[in-house]
Amino acid sequence: MFDFISFIPRAVMQGVPLMLGCTGETITEKSGNLNLGTAGIMYVGGISGVIGAFLYENAAGTEMNPFLTIAIPLLCCIVGSILMGLIYCFLTVTLRANQNVTGLALTTFGVGLGNFFGGSLIKLVKTDIPSVVLTRTSQAFSRTLPFADRLGWFGKIFLSYSFLAYVAIALALFASFVLNRTRTGLELRSVGENPGTADAAGINVVRYKYLTTCIGSVVSGLGGLYYVMDYASGVWSNNAFGDRGWLAIALVIFTIWRPSVSILASILFGGLYILNVYIPTGTNLAIKEIYKMAPYIVTIVVLVISSMQKKRENQPPAALGLSYFREER
Amino acid sequence: MEEKIPAVMMRDITKRFGSVLANDKCWLNIYRGEVLALLGENGSGKTTLMNMLSGIYFPDEGTISIDGKEVTIADPSDALALGIGMIHQHFKLVDVFTAAQNIVLGLPGKLDLKEASRKIREICERYGFDVDPEQKVFDMSVSQKQTVEIVKVLYRGADILILDEPTAVLTPQETEKLFAVLRNMRDDGKAVVIITHKMHEVESISDRVAILRKGHFTGDMLTKDTNAQEMTNMMVGRPVELNIDRPEPEDSRPRIELKDVTVRDEEGLLKLDHVSFTAMSGEVLGIAGISGCGQKELLEAIAGLQPVEEGSISYIEDDGKHEELIGKDPLDIKKLGVALSFVPEDRLGMGLVGNMDLSDNMMLRSYRNGKGLFTNRKDPHHLAEMMVDFLEIVTPSVETPVRRLSGGNVQKVLVGREISNAPKVLLTAYATRGLDINSSYTIYDLINQQKQRGVAVIYVGEDLDVLLELCDRIVVLCGGKVSGIVDGRKTDKNEVGAMMTKLGGVSE
Amino acid sequence: MIQISKRGELTRSKALLIRLLAIALGILACALITVITTRQNPLLVLQALVKGSFGSSRRSWIFFQNTAILLCIALAVTPAFKMRCWNLGAEGQVLAGAMATAACMVLMGRAGLSTAVIIPCMVVSSIIAGALWAAIPAFFKARFNTNETLFTLMMNYVATQIVAYFCVKWENPKGSCKIGVINQKTNLGWLPELGNKYILVLAVVALLTLFMYFYLNYTKHGYELTVVGESDNTARYVGIKVNRVIIRTMALSGAICGIAGLLLVGGINHTVATTIAGGQGFTAVMVSWLANFNPLSMILSSGLLVFLETGANELATSCGLNASFGDILTGVLIFFIIGSEFFVNYHVSFRSKKKEDK
Repeated sequence: MFDFISFIPRAVMQGVPLMLGCTGETITEKSGNLNLGTAGIMYVGGISGVIGAFLYENAAGTEMNPFLTIAIPLLCCIVGSILMGLIYCFLTVTLRANQNVTGLALTTFGVGLGNFFGGSLIKLVKTDIPSVVLTRTSQAFSRTLPFADRLGWFGKIFLSYSFLAYVAIALALFASFVLNRTRTGLELRSVGENPGTADAAGINVVRYKYLTTCIGSVVSGLGGLYYVMDYASGVWSNNAFGDRGWLAIALVIFTIWRPSVSILASILFGGLYILNVYIPTGTNLAIKEIYKMAPYIVTIVVLVISSMQKKRENQPPAALGLSYFREER
Repeated sequence: MEEKIPAVMMRDITKRFGSVLANDKCWLNIYRGEVLALLGENGSGKTTLMNMLSGIYFPDEGTISIDGKEVTIADPSDALALGIGMIHQHFKLVDVFTAAQNIVLGLPGKLDLKEASRKIREICERYGFDVDPEQKVFDMSVSQKQTVEIVKVLYRGADILILDEPTAVLTPQETEKLFAVLRNMRDDGKAVVIITHKMHEVESISDRVAILRKGHFTGDMLTKDTNAQEMTNMMVGRPVELNIDRPEPEDSRPRIELKDVTVRDEEGLLKLDHVSFTAMSGEVLGIAGISGCGQKELLEAIAGLQPVEEGSISYIEDDGKHEELIGKDPLDIKKLGVALSFVPEDRLGMGLVGNMDLSDNMMLRSYRNGKGLFTNRKDPHHLAEMMVDFLEIVTPSVETPVRRLSGGNVQKVLVGREISNAPKVLLTAYATRGLDINSSYTIYDLINQQKQRGVAVIYVGEDLDVLLELCDRIVVLCGGKVSGIVDGRKTDKNEVGAMMTKLGGVSE
Repeated sequence: MIQISKRGELTRSKALLIRLLAIALGILACALITVITTRQNPLLVLQALVKGSFGSSRRSWIFFQNTAILLCIALAVTPAFKMRCWNLGAEGQVLAGAMATAACMVLMGRAGLSTAVIIPCMVVSSIIAGALWAAIPAFFKARFNTNETLFTLMMNYVATQIVAYFCVKWENPKGSCKIGVINQKTNLGWLPELGNKYILVLAVVALLTLFMYFYLNYTKHGYELTVVGESDNTARYVGIKVNRVIIRTMALSGAICGIAGLLLVGGINHTVATTIAGGQGFTAVMVSWLANFNPLSMILSSGLLVFLETGANELATSCGLNASFGDILTGVLIFFIIGSEFFVNYHVSFRSKKKEDK
């Protein structure tokens, strides 16, 4: 029998980085910026947190302040992600560069930055620790509710996660609320749909694009932080984060630009990601590699299906991918 | 009235786009309680000047004063704060939003759509509009969208309203309705500016007229003190003959026959409903109708670009042989030996490639000629050079991307190319839209030349005055149906205008 | 305040000057970053950069070979981009070609066929595999306007998993999960050497460069795909079968990627692994874009990026740093070049007139 009680929590843990990435990218895309750099931003979010935690762990020795243990990596992650968002915005919004090329360059840059510091951190700080293992920080990040264990399967499925997982869900719901119910959301959507109209209505298009892209980057960056601190137990290994950034972008289409849908969708994808572990294969190890295709194949199927039904409400923001210049003639 | 302080004073306004001088030291006064018509040819800088007032552009030089006080309008929110609202020719609406969402867009405060809807209904009652605050913009007709734009500006409390060619998309009846509203506003003490190049509108609505020519301000005066001929002369800079030639058709015989042509768009909406008519060789057949009631689909169906649900479109050769065109794409039609030329509405989006130069654009129709894998670039280059000479196209060279040319020259390139392969049928959509008077007349002449060559010309137009002067017969469309076919020499504007709305419910 | 306006026509030399200036600034920034991280003498840094690519004749050959492979993939993605089809699937298409080549080598080598039979099969199957890998997303793009950016991207991972599957299935030696050098003893299916083992690759790519230059600029196909890229409507208006052009062009794009896979497996590595394309499918996008889709300029842009990457690797090794350092530098350089396009297209001027306080 398929073991749901152990499968679901693992699917959720896989899903949280996707959820954060997807929410962040959705917010960004709502402003008309198609940020293909999300993969890189998530790497940078992760490595910034690692750098912060690493430096603090080394400096603090055995006396670690529980608040700072969380706050320092979190702050580093936020700063790193914002810087990435700023690079993207400066190039595409201020300098009106092609969004696709900028995004790809940002991914190259971000992944490179992650792997470089992941591999060279020890060398650069000149310590004698053999590898970057942030056990104590990770313990702080993955702390769960104390009574979750006592509630049997219910506790395991719903309460066994660390605070960032609940933050991810809260962020998705909050983003959904802001987009649909508030004036800020209305203005943001108008920037992504028709920046000329937004501009004529007195909305500061450039400011919205900068702000939302940076906020989106932070949310995505948190996904990287969650991955390394909680899922990977504080061990940074190069390229381990893999293609999750790209899947997050694909999820945006899957969820038809609705952050609230991303909660379940990303858990579903998280499940697909680890499906190969749960399907018994016996001695045929090769076939596992085929099962690992599941999330990609499903993404492709979803892409095709969503393109086949052309509902007016389910279209991407109309100005997605275009840069805006008021005096364009 | 001259003693009043103008609501708006623009002085020595200059604006350049790259090397193009759009406005050169322009002056303008706008008064409250008046409708000002800003008159000028296309490309004379009317819209640019008003865009600087509404904060879309920032002037390179010059000053703007509101109620006698000098101000800086750096962006649209500055303009709104000063009570200036502009209704652009291309509507500034977000398609996926409702009317109410569009109207409150950009305003401060908490989002309360219920309260907004109430206020919108109030404004509608006061001036006589009809707007459903809950309706999504993509479900609206053009005139509904325009109404939303006007309500949007009023909702913000604007008392200086600028309308950029508001009547271009309206029927004569809708235009009258709009004018009645504008008069209401004027009597309410608001300053209204209407940008136009139509003389009769100036005469019917405005109290004062200001005229621009090639970016220069050529003067303003009270409308009652002037007349159409004087205004035209000021607009064009020299006396112009305003009549369009209409030679008598010779040796007319049926060329294109449509029977019960029915077309649905991608969303399954009926765009053409059992349309039947015959276009004759050696005549100009006009197509009149409110914008978006099937003209585009009609031409595209004949040109092989639009799938047809039922009916038949036949090309009739000189010997009376019928060739069915439905189900064939433009290439198949060409292979049949049917010389069909098409000047589409969207010049740079369909007829030409904006980023390609003149000679590459000439190749669009002919690149397949010749055997082998390689293209022949010499002949198109030669053709382009000839055309530049012949049609007096203003361009730095034939290697210039066509998007850099002005509207009139772009159209000359397109029409020139379409005529160059000696068509038997010529389809044109809004052939003179956005063109200045000189270029428009060049196009009318070219169309008449083709007519005299025995070409069957189908001319889709929006300006009823032109249709009535140019066309031999006019097919009037209303909501995708033919509501009448009239003789261009015998009918008048009221008859055609009534037919355009005769069937009542326009299924948008 | 700063005033920005669109430029008219800019002379070619001036545009070139702006771009060169951007490259120079970019390299300067890279050097600065390097000096700060490694705390090395800038001259030593420069020396290491040059040494990476041109330190010995073998290194020079490898530099040219790497440039050729990157150029080949860049050439492949170019027709698709000119058609405004964002083929981010070059990575997967190269893998598909590489896998097909490897499969021919393994299976036909086991069957004991001769090299004369195997090589034609490798060529044909790699081209078909690459073309097919690109044609699948193209079909859906043409038919339903499915987003090709993400579709091709996902196809990369599907290809990766297929290669991973065969790596386990055909592992050699057992338990390594790697294929190892194929036909190491017999050299069956190894592409022949012309003079030395590098020249064949260079020659093939040189021919492809010329082919692509003429294809894009002088053939009917090239003209058609440019029109489709500019506007679907115009293309349909003149009777171009848009769907057919999309699928044809993407298939061509994939076929050339397939050739890159063939060269990588048959000519260079003689084995296949999931990392064989090494992210070059993405770098190629930037190469093509930097060269403004001109195949001849791509020789320079691919050379520049390979030079930087190799140099940075050399530098990283000599300072005991991580090899990903090159990616950072590549990213920084590209940021500069992307940014410079703004100054080619827009004119920036400063006005003394201040905006009034609101």
